[in-house]
Amino acid sequence: MPDRNPTDDHEEVPHVTRPDAPRDALILGGNRIPFARSGGPYAGISNQDLLTAALEGLVARYSLQGEKLGEIAGGAVLKLASDLNLTRESALGTPLDPRTPTTDMSRACATSLETVMHVSNRIRLGQIDSGIACGVDSASDSPIEVTPRLRRILHRAFAAKTAMQRVKALGALRPADLAPVPPRNGEPRTGLSMGEHQALTTAQWGITRQAQDELALASHQNLAAAYDDGFFDDLVTGYRGLSRDQNLRPDSTLEKLGSLKPVFGVRSPEVAEPTMTAGNSTPLSDGAASVLIGSADWAAEHGLTPQARVVDARSAAVDFVHGDEGLLMAPAYAVPELLDAHGLALQDLDFYEIHEAFASTVLSTLKAWESEEFCRERLGRDGALGAIDRDRLNVLGSSLAAGHPFAATGGRLVATLAKLLHQRAQETGEVQRGLISVCAAAGQGAVVLLESVVD
Amino acid sequence: MTDTYTRFIRSAPGTALAKQLGLPRPARLLRREDRPEPVLGPVVVLGESAGADRIAGRLLDQGADVRRRFEELRRVGTVIVVLDEITAPAELSPAVLALAGAMRSLAPGARVVTVSRPASDEDPSRAAARGGVEGFVRSLAHEMRGGATANGILVADGIGLDAPGVLGALRFLLSARSAFVTGQFLTVSSDAGSATEDADRPLAGRTALVTGAARGIGAAIARTLAADGARLVVLDVPGAGTELARLANELRAIPIQLDVTSDGAGERLVSFLREKQLQLDAVVLNAGITRDKLLANMTADRWDAVLAVNITSQIRLMDALITAGDALGEQPRVVSLASTSGIAGNRGQTNYAASKAGVIAFVDALAARMESIGGTANAVAPGFIETEMTARMPALTREVARRVNSLQQGGLPVDVAEAISFLCSAEAGGIRGETLRVCGQNMVGK
Repeated sequence: MPDRNPTDDHEEVPHVTRPDAPRDALILGGNRIPFARSGGPYAGISNQDLLTAALEGLVARYSLQGEKLGEIAGGAVLKLASDLNLTRESALGTPLDPRTPTTDMSRACATSLETVMHVSNRIRLGQIDSGIACGVDSASDSPIEVTPRLRRILHRAFAAKTAMQRVKALGALRPADLAPVPPRNGEPRTGLSMGEHQALTTAQWGITRQAQDELALASHQNLAAAYDDGFFDDLVTGYRGLSRDQNLRPDSTLEKLGSLKPVFGVRSPEVAEPTMTAGNSTPLSDGAASVLIGSADWAAEHGLTPQARVVDARSAAVDFVHGDEGLLMAPAYAVPELLDAHGLALQDLDFYEIHEAFASTVLSTLKAWESEEFCRERLGRDGALGAIDRDRLNVLGSSLAAGHPFAATGGRLVATLAKLLHQRAQETGEVQRGLISVCAAAGQGAVVLLESVVD
Repeated sequence: MTDTYTRFIRSAPGTALAKQLGLPRPARLLRREDRPEPVLGPVVVLGESAGADRIAGRLLDQGADVRRRFEELRRVGTVIVVLDEITAPAELSPAVLALAGAMRSLAPGARVVTVSRPASDEDPSRAAARGGVEGFVRSLAHEMRGGATANGILVADGIGLDAPGVLGALRFLLSARSAFVTGQFLTVSSDAGSATEDADRPLAGRTALVTGAARGIGAAIARTLAADGARLVVLDVPGAGTELARLANELRAIPIQLDVTSDGAGERLVSFLREKQLQLDAVVLNAGITRDKLLANMTADRWDAVLAVNITSQIRLMDALITAGDALGEQPRVVSLASTSGIAGNRGQTNYAASKAGVIAFVDALAARMESIGGTANAVAPGFIETEMTARMPALTREVARRVNSLQQGGLPVDVAEAISFLCSAEAGGIRGETLRVCGQNMVGK
């Protein structure tokens, strides 16, 4: 409650719904399982099992057994219709108090960034004191549906009142109706896959194969080094025999990456020289990640050390349908808006976590910010945002090395960056700021600003 | 967890067939949940020494039904034969013959425990008498029926029979916790240690680390120590992280994912303990692997991995914990996992037996080092235990391995855990550098 001003002698007006002033939402830690490649060691394991495992590890690490939290927000991108209450069902499989409420959310690849914001906002508004933000995806166990025609025929048959009506309804069935429908790897409004879309953007920004492979190599090297240093000792809990991300190739080289054949933009007339390979694009992955968030008081009561505060977030969307902008370029718009709101220049940040959907997504975004033309015409600014210090970019590796179970990536990024900011702030004695940027399907993007908290 | 043979033998036709053919008929062992009382009464304490009086007095204080003779007793639960003052083999006679007359009155799961002195003595006659006790107990254990056991406590000269280590060893051997321990001796070599205040939770207030805790015997050890009141730190390799987390959640333990063979594993453990502000009162070095092959087919990866995990990691971990200065509590206990293979050897297990024999020698040497900081080190050598690992043995080999002990059955992980829990307790301070076999008196080795 705000302090009562003793000189304020006018009669207090009773406000029924006056919210408390926003307070800090603090990242207290995280846990994820190692990410696996689709069809790998987690094949045949459901989203619910993966998410439960990530939550069980979080509960064990922070001794949350029996704890009743304010909220658990989670989600999956490739989600079975029967997983309506995926987060709730997962949470019920953990030793948390079963009276902890949950919510399921979705914003494609930015899903768990969005769950982090949901929980943080509720904490900031004083509605809850603690919560978990999480996300999970299994490309190995993605839903396979029936054709829309079969669905309608079956519904008509179920609704039939007489046997004759039922026979008549089913009589409309044709062999083609029985073919299963796997999840579509493409934008419904353009028919192009995400990779094909990015191939257009890559060509448009003139991102070279060499630059993409270098970024991919750095991702593998940085992630491997972070594992070797024990950075992930308290962020990752081994699962099904995996102790590190399966996709990680510590011994990858530019030669090996350079030997891979391009897979996107190969047949596109607008792409003169295809550059995107399996090495500089993220593979389909399985995994789950979670983040523990709480108020300062809740953290203190539970003996937990706050690592970073969630400062602010923005989201943006672009019109990729009409070709106005590249599918994955929305963060290029959201970031300047977020920074402006806090009077920060792009170069004021200590760390940048830009999700590596494709190496060229990161490089296109950086190039856009360096472009006078883009920043003037698209962002309506006086000039370019400028270049960033590449030594501050994805310093612990990112999705190209770790893999990208869609809805788990945001949680991975937040927990990783929060620990990094805290650690660096302890070492330098200075406040550290970090940016997370995640592009998402359908031309969307979400960005978050974190700031270190020092004990 | 009864094996198929045992289930059959306990059925009506099975019993008849077994009687006809003289097949082994393993008794159902009474464990803690089957027999919660600490001492199975009535108790007969044999022996005329002052020590015998003292032990009888202690048991009376605990509320046991204590007698000094068998007369009029139709059923006997416990016999304690106190022989601490014998000076010649002939002096064994009165107590032994008294027990002989009562053998058929022993209750299922009865306990016979001798209390005597070790045979390291300058007087040849006394040495012979003391040595004789060992042969007597080991043979008696073979003759026990109905899941009853016979064990001995050897109390070093100069140590009173009411020393914490003696009373602790008695508590363990008389309880259902020692169900799979028979034909064994526990040596109490000093009066160190302190009595247990709460017999139901002997580890209350103590913090224990269990390595290799995610599954099998390690998980059973963690569960038993937790049930005995200990606060637990459970450790296993990162690949088993989620299983470890589940165990930690079940026991409200603190999990640490660490490959004990990795460089700096000991230092990582020490800094983790500092970060969590923990001091270890007990360290259970359980992490172990098997990579069985005849020596002719042995490869470097099989040999080296077994030695690295089963013994080298223990040496390094203990070095780091002792050197740290602040990682161990006041009366630290170390218990390592040896194996009967390390005592008798086993075909196809040159690597495993080398590592486990190493453990037996290691704890002896480590005990001397631990003594300077008020602690002890001991080992437990499991025989055939019903685990996922032994379930993978060839069926016939497994069936034979199960039966070649006095109790004619495999032990359970909890049997190993109970012995470890006892050696982790404050009262076990006088037991140093020992390797206690939990094997149902397996025929191999001593």
